[in-house]
Amino acid sequence: MIKKIFFIIFSFFFLITSLFAEEKMLLKKQNWSFEGVFGRYDNSTLQRGLQVYQEVCSACHGMKRLRFRELNDLGFTNDQIEQYAKTFEILDGPNELGEMFMRPGEPSDTFVSPYKNKEEAKATFNGAYPPDLSLLTKTMKNGPDYIYSLLTGYEENSPQDFELTDGLYYNPYHDGKVIAMPPPLYDNVIEYIDGTNASLHQLSFDIVHFLNWAAEPTLQERKSLGLKVLLFLIVLTLLLYVTMKEIWSWIEK
Amino acid sequence: MAKKFKNKTLAWLDYRLPIFSVLREALVDHPTPRNLNYWWNFGSLAGIILVIMIVSGLLLSMHYVAHVDLAFDSVEHIMRDVNYGWLIRYIHSVGASMFFLIVYIHISRGLYYGSYKSPREVLWWLGIIIFLLMIAAAFLGYTLPWGQMSFWGATVITNLFSAIPLVGDSIVTWLWGGFSVDNPTLNRFYSLHFLIPFIIVGVVFLHIVALHKFGSNNPTGIDLTLKQEKIPFHPYYTIKDFFGFGVFFIIFGIFIFFLPNSLGHPVNYIPADPLVTPEHIVPEWYFLPFYAILRAIPFKLLGVLAMLGSILILFVLPWLDTCKVRSCRFRPIYKQFYWIFIFNFIVLGWVGSKVPEGHYLIISRICTAYYFVHFLIILPVLGMFEKTLPVPLNIFKNPRVKKKYK
Repeated sequence: MIKKIFFIIFSFFFLITSLFAEEKMLLKKQNWSFEGVFGRYDNSTLQRGLQVYQEVCSACHGMKRLRFRELNDLGFTNDQIEQYAKTFEILDGPNELGEMFMRPGEPSDTFVSPYKNKEEAKATFNGAYPPDLSLLTKTMKNGPDYIYSLLTGYEENSPQDFELTDGLYYNPYHDGKVIAMPPPLYDNVIEYIDGTNASLHQLSFDIVHFLNWAAEPTLQERKSLGLKVLLFLIVLTLLLYVTMKEIWSWIEK
Repeated sequence: MAKKFKNKTLAWLDYRLPIFSVLREALVDHPTPRNLNYWWNFGSLAGIILVIMIVSGLLLSMHYVAHVDLAFDSVEHIMRDVNYGWLIRYIHSVGASMFFLIVYIHISRGLYYGSYKSPREVLWWLGIIIFLLMIAAAFLGYTLPWGQMSFWGATVITNLFSAIPLVGDSIVTWLWGGFSVDNPTLNRFYSLHFLIPFIIVGVVFLHIVALHKFGSNNPTGIDLTLKQEKIPFHPYYTIKDFFGFGVFFIIFGIFIFFLPNSLGHPVNYIPADPLVTPEHIVPEWYFLPFYAILRAIPFKLLGVLAMLGSILILFVLPWLDTCKVRSCRFRPIYKQFYWIFIFNFIVLGWVGSKVPEGHYLIISRICTAYYFVHFLIILPVLGMFEKTLPVPLNIFKNPRVKKKYK
């Protein structure tokens, strides 16, 4: 009897849940190598992603939590990183005269943001400031798939009944289906150093891979340590179980 | 305490400072019912996770900076630059969820087997006090990373005090240390978040003292009078608890290493911005049932009172439940209401995560009403009319136990 009642309540429960499920755009799910228990980043994808960030995104978006030295993870050598850091001008100081000065970047410096602060960015873009990308994929559910869908989801012609304000772009994946960021990527917007065909898919895929690494650089370390820890714990728990059975058998006679 | 210690130094010291005999009494010799099932593991599990939270929290505090401009950055510094900082932080943040999961199961076990009934009322009270302190610690701790949900959660919850008539607004200003949630608020929240766990340790100590006065309840709920019904805590329950720790650590590890952010809200990875309100302000999952009760009632003051009442009502539970039989095993009707109550609580948690409109609001109101009906009407009435099953004189007469112990 009680089971039947529960069954009825539960089915009712799931029925309403599905009825109320909000209508949402299905994300374009990609096969990310960093997902899953054995998830790892792919160095060549990361390096291409860095190139996309450098040549496209960094015009408007900062990445202030990332340090040049962390590019080690992408497979760059220390010399390469030093050379790369040197191409940036860093504000430092004050010196003995109390003045701020510019100096070439060092591996321990963070990436240079295109704007001094949020206010400057807002002023440049009529209030809609481009967010810092350091943690972007972690700030939303299914971050990587969402960003990928957004980057590849721009539609040139908005539906006829949709009124688009000037200076905004139609993108069904974004909240309210409009977005202030113009389509940043399109086929061959840049030329890859490694000669990969720079299709919109490839560009978006690479940059999202890179962004996820930037948001979670310790992911690989976390997952590989996790496997070892869990293996250890499973063996330990089995041993504890056997020990427990043995000890409890003493009183069961 | 009758046993002397063989080691002379130990005996000398224990004669003057009897901590060793007290510890031996509590952790080694303590006579424990031999029929405890796995649901009795959760007390010691709660203890071990409390220790884990204090140790990981202490390590975090060595790198964390309680300042509105630096808090978020310092947490990211822990995640990126501190050696194994990501591990320490994920242990602490996932640990909070695990702590609540364990304590909810621990409380549910108490409800099922009637562990709150005479003579264990004070033990039960101390448990509720620990639960209230945990709620405070978890809320304060969630504020510290100073993300969007931290900031807005703190704003919403502290604003609840403004519902108090006459002095409400002054109290809120006093809590904030200013006219909005700002740096003074973050600083005091950090101080209190650091303090409360140690108060919890103190109350846990009292909880254990009260527990050892009458010993653990057991699945049959009867008072154990025979010597054979009890076994020493060590080695039987130490090894059983260790096995429980092992299973728990595996689950804990899966979350820490593979799903560290699945229990939290992603919006909290955006730094706090007092000018931008998140779309939905939702607390962590373990507060959702109480959040649903709060929002089910249209008047703010009544909502706050209902939310507080939903926990405080547990203090009088030993007298609301008028049935003398403790365990659900011998209360066939209460057993069904027990599971309905648990289901109702889970539904409350589910609607707590939704925007309180339309059907969700109606469901949350029905469930809130039922929550109180369970305690205020069903329990007292059941005690008077329910026909309980015959209760065995000792655990060996209980057929379900007999099978195990021939």
